[in-house]
Amino acid sequence: MNMQWITLIVVLFLSGPVWAGEARPLADDPASEARLKHLAVELRCLVCQNQTLADSNAPLAEDLRREVREMIAKNMSDQEIIEFLTARYGDFVLYRPPLKATTTLLWVGPFVLVIVGATVLMVTLRRRAGKVVDVPVTEDEHRRVEQLLAEGGKRP
Amino acid sequence: MNRFLLPLSIFIVVVVFLGIGLKLNPREIPSPLVGKAAPDFSQPQLFEPSKVFSPADMKGKVWLLNFWASWCSGCKTEHPVLMDLAKSGQVPIYGMDYKDQRDEAMTWLSRWGNPYPVVGVDDAGRVGINYGVYGVPETYVIDKQGVIQYKQIGPLDPETVEKKIIPLVKQLEAQ
Repeated sequence: MNMQWITLIVVLFLSGPVWAGEARPLADDPASEARLKHLAVELRCLVCQNQTLADSNAPLAEDLRREVREMIAKNMSDQEIIEFLTARYGDFVLYRPPLKATTTLLWVGPFVLVIVGATVLMVTLRRRAGKVVDVPVTEDEHRRVEQLLAEGGKRP
Repeated sequence: MNRFLLPLSIFIVVVVFLGIGLKLNPREIPSPLVGKAAPDFSQPQLFEPSKVFSPADMKGKVWLLNFWASWCSGCKTEHPVLMDLAKSGQVPIYGMDYKDQRDEAMTWLSRWGNPYPVVGVDDAGRVGINYGVYGVPETYVIDKQGVIQYKQIGPLDPETVEKKIIPLVKQLEAQ
């Protein structure tokens, strides 16, 4: 191996950290970072609607994280920060929307469906149980069963 | 016959709900700001950065605030509609250049035409956040008292302008 190759390899190894780039911390101090993380997983990104504010890379999500970070720095409570966002974007930003007139179906709906389903199941099972009647086995049938059982052992 | 009535009616209900669901646009999130005072701001103007643009200047007028950007393709689609509306003189349209490069925004307007008397610059997207903007273009109808009366999410089309914006503006002006 000549000198040029060795130099190239050394340069590549040394330059590794330069192109790697560090993941940027969410906030400067760990306490604020933890608060931001805790809040951002509860908030929905409005651009990529199935991602949280913490996951999304959309420019708006970046801006909103910046706003939340600034509000944390101003010592605003979680309640105040969430109010700031819902005042602008509505309950849609919350992954757990509050119980309101407009969201009752959302909260109550699944339970109503379970109750309806369980009731239908119970009624159907009861009705079916009523339909099953005892039929006495006749002498003839008994004899036939005996015969079949006796023959059964002889089959290959 | 009776056996099929219940499953059939459940099926119809499910189909109706799915049909409604298909027609809803998940991108159109109702804005809690409609009916509330338009958030205040004071932003430098695009063409004259030493001057500011503020909704306070617009008190007593019915006007549209249109968030746009030169990088936004929907804004290009919407642009001829805004030009026509501006030319008709029925309502002034003020622009807010959202998270954009100043020179690119000016080039865009000189190339395609400028429907706005004044354009504000929101380079950090803070005004956008205060207005609940989550995707440009978005357009707000603001009344004489400075209250938001309507929010259009996405590009304005001639039909929306004809059927919603103009009647609403006329009604607000009569107040």
